[in-house]
Amino acid sequence: MTTLASAIHLLAALFLLAAFAMLSQRRLANLITLYAWQGAILASCIALAAYATGSAHLYASALLNALLKILLVPALLRSLARRLDVQWDRESLVQIPTVMLIGLGLVIFAFNAALPIAVPGAAINHATVGIALAALLLSLLMMILRATALSQVIGFLALENSLIFAATSVTYGMPMVIEFGIALDVIVGIFILGVFFFHIREQFDSLNIDRIEGHHE
Amino acid sequence: MIAHLLVRQTIQILFVIAMAPLLAGWIRQCRAWLSNRSGAGLLQPYRELFKLLRKQPVVAEEASMLFVATPYVVFAAMVVAGAMIPMITTRLLLAGAADAVALAGVFTMARIFAALAAMDLGTAFGSMGARRTMLVGFLAEPALLMVLFTPALISGSTSLVVIVHDLARHGVILYPSMVFAAAAYVMVTLAENARLPVDNPDTHLELTMIHEALNLEYSGRYLALIEWSAAIKLLVYIGIGAALFLPWGITQGPGLAGLPMAYALLVAKLAAAGTGLAAIETLSAKLRLFRVPEFLGTAFLLAVLGLLVRYLFGH
Amino acid sequence: MSDVALAWMVLIPLAGAALLGALGSRQSGFSANVAVSLATLAGASFMTVRVVQDGSFSSLHHELFVDPLSVFLIDLVAFVSFTTSLFSRSYMRAEVRLGHLDPARLGTYHAMYQVFIFAMLLALTCNNIGVLWIAMEGATLSTALLISLYRTPASLGAAWKYFILCGVGIALALLGTIMVYFAAHSVLGGHRALLWTDLYSVKGRLDPAIMAIAFVFLIVGYGTKVGLVPLHAWLPDAHAEGPTPISAVLSGLLLSVALYAIVRFKALAEGALRTNWPGHLMIGFGLASVLIGAFSLSSQRDIKRLFAYSSVEHMGLATFAFGLGGPLATFAALLHMTAHALTKSSVFFTSGAVAQTAGTKDMDGITGLVDRDPALGWTLMASSLAIVGTPPFGIFASEFLILIAALHKAPWSVPLLLLALGVAFAVIVRRTQAMVFGAPGASQAPTPRTLFAPFAHLVLIVILGLAIPHLLAAWYTQAARLVGP
Repeated sequence: MTTLASAIHLLAALFLLAAFAMLSQRRLANLITLYAWQGAILASCIALAAYATGSAHLYASALLNALLKILLVPALLRSLARRLDVQWDRESLVQIPTVMLIGLGLVIFAFNAALPIAVPGAAINHATVGIALAALLLSLLMMILRATALSQVIGFLALENSLIFAATSVTYGMPMVIEFGIALDVIVGIFILGVFFFHIREQFDSLNIDRIEGHHE
Repeated sequence: MIAHLLVRQTIQILFVIAMAPLLAGWIRQCRAWLSNRSGAGLLQPYRELFKLLRKQPVVAEEASMLFVATPYVVFAAMVVAGAMIPMITTRLLLAGAADAVALAGVFTMARIFAALAAMDLGTAFGSMGARRTMLVGFLAEPALLMVLFTPALISGSTSLVVIVHDLARHGVILYPSMVFAAAAYVMVTLAENARLPVDNPDTHLELTMIHEALNLEYSGRYLALIEWSAAIKLLVYIGIGAALFLPWGITQGPGLAGLPMAYALLVAKLAAAGTGLAAIETLSAKLRLFRVPEFLGTAFLLAVLGLLVRYLFGH
Repeated sequence: MSDVALAWMVLIPLAGAALLGALGSRQSGFSANVAVSLATLAGASFMTVRVVQDGSFSSLHHELFVDPLSVFLIDLVAFVSFTTSLFSRSYMRAEVRLGHLDPARLGTYHAMYQVFIFAMLLALTCNNIGVLWIAMEGATLSTALLISLYRTPASLGAAWKYFILCGVGIALALLGTIMVYFAAHSVLGGHRALLWTDLYSVKGRLDPAIMAIAFVFLIVGYGTKVGLVPLHAWLPDAHAEGPTPISAVLSGLLLSVALYAIVRFKALAEGALRTNWPGHLMIGFGLASVLIGAFSLSSQRDIKRLFAYSSVEHMGLATFAFGLGGPLATFAALLHMTAHALTKSSVFFTSGAVAQTAGTKDMDGITGLVDRDPALGWTLMASSLAIVGTPPFGIFASEFLILIAALHKAPWSVPLLLLALGVAFAVIVRRTQAMVFGAPGASQAPTPRTLFAPFAHLVLIVILGLAIPHLLAAWYTQAARLVGP
């Protein structure tokens, strides 16, 4: 058990902790801050992997992720939240403790699913796969249970975070082209969503999903 | 040999009793500084205790023996808890009794006595406080046990001495599971010691108070004992946290030579934890009472998550 | 030299998107859109000739490649996008004239249309499973903008649902892609672990446990885009609320390209697992889609929603046939994909024109078409008969072959399929009949339009139904060999 591997494991645990914290957070500003923290954990994880493998493209990827997820996307989200004047997620139908219990169930499921994965000779074991899978399912749960569009989007971004985490921790990074393409898609997606929000708000005077959903005949 | 153990034990008990008000004063001072006030000074809790001890206590006529005995019982329970924790050295006279489950039992006993005494007079606030404190305790205790089980699983024993011994031996290894346990432990500590965001130790607001509602009928030396034991309880909690999550510097050897260093480290840990606690309290707002189960439920789930992560990583 | 032609063909729509974005709301945008699509079609034909002469080839350091499986899909995309651009010229002009669409959005519409075609072509030609994912995500983003084009509450709601559902789906597909890379990483190492051509050569050596998990994520992920039940919730809304040309390319092309991705991964997973468990998974998803799609038809009132559910049913049928595996079923599935793409776009062309003429999408409000606009009425009738699988049309041939294959491999499923096809036939024919031959309703001035696009499609479908061209049959057979175990 090297120090490096244990550090990556520690970051993995922190990553999952951030995912759980986002699940239980109702205040939008805190949600965005937590997202930025998760991004920071992700970026340091990639940086550690870069140090372990000495590959330049992982360093670049760490930098890209840090810029994008600690600075750019949270700033975009904050300005969106301010201009749309949303501060709180509406009370969801499901109580937070219930949500957390479901989340716990998902974690158990993910950990179990990851158990058979073992690659002989690889530096990483099934553990980080399990964490990535669990974080992914938690973000999915968040998207399902949230009532406002903006927090659904944060859930979606968290989902993307856990995918990048999976890519990094499992394979020590995908080739640069792919990561760059993913980052580009995320940015474009955010902009398109921003456009959407304003139109949705114009049309419905609310960002609550059930009002949007209930609108087709 | 026994003499050495006795000496260590006595020093630790005296340290816990003497330092607890100082820790309380330090936290208050930090909170004052953080909110741009000058504060009453580190020694203010001692002055308050001294003042209360000199005053003549007033006890209601209807009060039973239980009401009068409770402050002593609670104080004794806290001192016993403080004596068991291997926060300075693992070689203590009471080390054999330092079991995670037994520890939770000692805290519960103190709480039950406090709740019974509060209901003894039949006043509205007393019963309300008893009910609320039992609610918090009922939720915090499983979370505390879960937190303690994570290190217990790592070292294979519920004995605190074995746990601390095992954790300290491995040096600076950060266990991923302990991250979750630590987060849950901080939440439990806040709830159990009636700190923000669960309870506000500074006010007597009827609608929200928990801890203060229990003590409303107490005065004089009884109140002094209760406040003192509350301070000891906080120190013990931080001591347990320091022993579990920052086990470095706890002496294992038989001699007395390592003690001064260990005490200095413990004081540093307490000061740091006190600052952190003050920062949390300054930054967070009081939760509505019906949000408290949510808060402690989260703590419990985090602790369970810690256990799961331990199974996943295998360490 | 001609290796670069492949890259050029893919880049034509992207350059066209920039041009059309620059043209903005000018009237020339309509014709420019047709011209760009025609250029793409020409590029595709050039590339096809090359494949016919030399077989599969790759270019740009193996980043792009074409094989018999992708070549006919590329032609299909190029052809349908061209006819759709023709249809879109008359249809969207009418939409602007009728005041349904703000002309200021035409620039976005044309540019996003070409970006969408670019993403489709990139997904089909790229040799890299990561780039495939990026292309699919790009297609999602561009079509989300297209679906919300009218900016009505219903279209925004539909686009939101589409974005979130397909976003989640596509994210799961990325996880699957990562898992495949993870499995191949230890065998191939580095960049080559993402290339189809390299992956296929080592498929027997990939870790089966990881590939099994990966395939589950991939089928759920890309299956969301195919519209497989239970992940189809976005599909009816998106098809009904978007502009009709977009419904046509969504149904005809996007669903097929997503299915193409699943089929490629299925071949990989079956190679690694050495069982046909991935095929069984596809059979399950496919059969559920056929049944749910068919039984949802009867409760629809909106004409475009009706045919959207028919797409769920048909894609389910193709998925089912791919799941069966073997030369016959795969051949039938490929034929079905082609026939469905052509027929369904023709159906959407006509039903969009019908809704535009009648001023409503509600089928109860559309009657007596044949009296008002005979050409349109008969085209709708013919397209509907084609989509439900009546004999002279291509879908009859493919459905017949699929049923034969099912009789051999999974006889228990045949009654279920027949039931679903029967229900679909009854509902769609009854609905269309009422619209075409009912008592003529309040007459509205017929809008000038060309019915060239649906006519061209119908002719091709009849050809497919009567005698599959030799060249196409040869491709299907080769592709079936490539995909099948």
